[in-house]
Amino acid sequence: MTVAQATETAVEVHDVTVAYHRKPVLWDVDVLLPAGHLIAIVGPNGAGKSTLLKAILGLVPLASGKVEIFGRPLRKARSLVGYVPQRESVDWDFPIDALGVALMGRYGRLGWVRRPGKADREAALTSLAKVGMADYADRQISRLSGGQQQRVFLARALAQDATLYLMDEPFAGVDAATERAIVDVLRELREQGKTVIAVHHDLQTVPEYFDHVMLLNMRLVASGAVQDVFTRENLHKTYGGRLTVLEEAAEALRRV
Amino acid sequence: MMLHEGEWWTLLAAVLCGIACAVPGCFLVLRKMSMLGDAISHAILPGLAAAFLLTGTRDLLPMLIGAGIAGLATAVLSAWITRMGNVPEDAAMGVVFSTLFALGVIMISLAARNVDLDPGCVLYGEIAMTPFTRVELFGASIPRAVIILGSAAIINSMLAAVFFKELKLASFDGALATSLGFSAALIHYCLMGVVASTTVVSFESVGSVLVVAMLIGPAASAHMLTDRLSRMLWLSVILAALAAGAGYLAALYWNVAAAGMMSVAVGVEFALCVFLAPREGVVAKLVRRLRLSQRIAREDALGMLFRSGEVRPGSALPAGTVRGGIGGGLRARLAVWGLSRSKRVSSHADGMRLTAAGESDARKLVRSHRLWESFLAKYLGLPIDHVHEPSERMEHYITPELREGINAELRTGLDPQGKRIPEEGE
Repeated sequence: MTVAQATETAVEVHDVTVAYHRKPVLWDVDVLLPAGHLIAIVGPNGAGKSTLLKAILGLVPLASGKVEIFGRPLRKARSLVGYVPQRESVDWDFPIDALGVALMGRYGRLGWVRRPGKADREAALTSLAKVGMADYADRQISRLSGGQQQRVFLARALAQDATLYLMDEPFAGVDAATERAIVDVLRELREQGKTVIAVHHDLQTVPEYFDHVMLLNMRLVASGAVQDVFTRENLHKTYGGRLTVLEEAAEALRRV
Repeated sequence: MMLHEGEWWTLLAAVLCGIACAVPGCFLVLRKMSMLGDAISHAILPGLAAAFLLTGTRDLLPMLIGAGIAGLATAVLSAWITRMGNVPEDAAMGVVFSTLFALGVIMISLAARNVDLDPGCVLYGEIAMTPFTRVELFGASIPRAVIILGSAAIINSMLAAVFFKELKLASFDGALATSLGFSAALIHYCLMGVVASTTVVSFESVGSVLVVAMLIGPAASAHMLTDRLSRMLWLSVILAALAAGAGYLAALYWNVAAAGMMSVAVGVEFALCVFLAPREGVVAKLVRRLRLSQRIAREDALGMLFRSGEVRPGSALPAGTVRGGIGGGLRARLAVWGLSRSKRVSSHADGMRLTAAGESDARKLVRSHRLWESFLAKYLGLPIDHVHEPSERMEHYITPELREGINAELRTGLDPQGKRIPEEGE
């Protein structure tokens, strides 16, 4: 499954509800995300964007519904999925260098106990080079700038050589050089037929960087090609306040 | 100080205890779970007591099982209370482990009425008793504690070596670990199991209260000394062995509690690392700050001489004027001395002058200063009388690349006050 057809579905989110402390943060999201596209997930703070990524990755329990990746349950599709978490989710004082982080992308294919070898090291170095970080391979990660840290995370995902990439705000708080580097990598991934689903905050750059968009605010507002879906009306629906009914319903569930 | 045979064995037991604790301790420190280590080491007490009451012996296996159950119960229970009761995690953990610990104390004091189990021994350990319980192994009579602690040290080191990759991944990024198929929760509970069993085998030597010093101290010290995980593990093992050994010997010398002295040695080591760590240590930071302060003073002196030369070419400035101009005192004296030693300035009868090398350095500095002034005036819209002071600070931090970047942006030969911006190599 290296080259995806235009009609193929990368991720099927089937009627998924996710709740924290019984309070739903995503309501019955039902969407097909096509393979071979750069897909932005857009929505206001607290809309459940990161939660949706985590639900696809199996990192949060689903209150209902199911997720399939290329028609398979996650359990059988792990090797196809690469993940770039939010930069703040890890401790950057951890005693490891940039190459060590990139090398983690190879762990999945190594399985338990087996150590990364020379080929893995080279793959990790190549990935670092792709994001312009080859010169920083042996730099302790706390001594990298925020943008450089983000690029190391991206290199780690590239080292996974996945078919589907899930990225949580890859552009958050990065410098201009990093933003360009990430855009280049995204386009290269698309040319290789890979799928990228990224939580994105900057509405202005959505049409420039992505070709498919999913508008989310606790529920799915719209999903489709950018030129069809990324309209003033849909954005208004997404950002024009939450549905008070949903909020009250969530409160009602929490109170029980 | 001469050691007799039993004391050598005790010393060995202390060192092995340190090593066995240091390895899982590294991962506790990295996962910011030092307090969970503390909680588990306390909370295993009722498990130990229950095992003892049920079997009537102090055999290792029932003790390990009892402690394992109690240790996992702490981890699971505090996580569960946090989730269900809407209680902050540290509060839940604090309540759970102190309650379990208290339960253990009560159980032991009950048991102690009719059997041989000393609460003090459980709490503070009695490493000096090491040579008195022996077993035959390979034809030699070896203290039981040495064999148990040695096995724990070997098993823990081997686990860390075999699962190095998994532990590293799960400690750094649990979400990625889970998404790659290495369950972070599984690894977490296995680590907790190792911490609980290590605590059990250590408690006879250092007691269940002080074992946390052995778990956390050497690991935290090693973390300050290096930025590679494998080196951190090695260093923590060496530091733990040193502290345990030195602590025991000091306890013998002063005839005080061994476990207490070992923990104090761990604390002393940690304090030394806080002061002497290569990059983040107090001394290193102080040296860096002094160096920076000296560089700024030297550069200010160069800039002063350069500007004076602009107004009256070929003139000299008296050394006292230069020192006064950069703030005076010892700092200024040192800076001026440094400049003449590195042949940036020369002293003459009428005062100080820049040498050719000094002139070149000064030119770059003044160029940075005036470029920054122009930048502030043009892009930040600062009034002309506001640009000098920020540039006075910023000039010391402008790299050659940044300097030329600003120059390319501005394309001007004059600063906002109309003074010429010197070229670099005139």
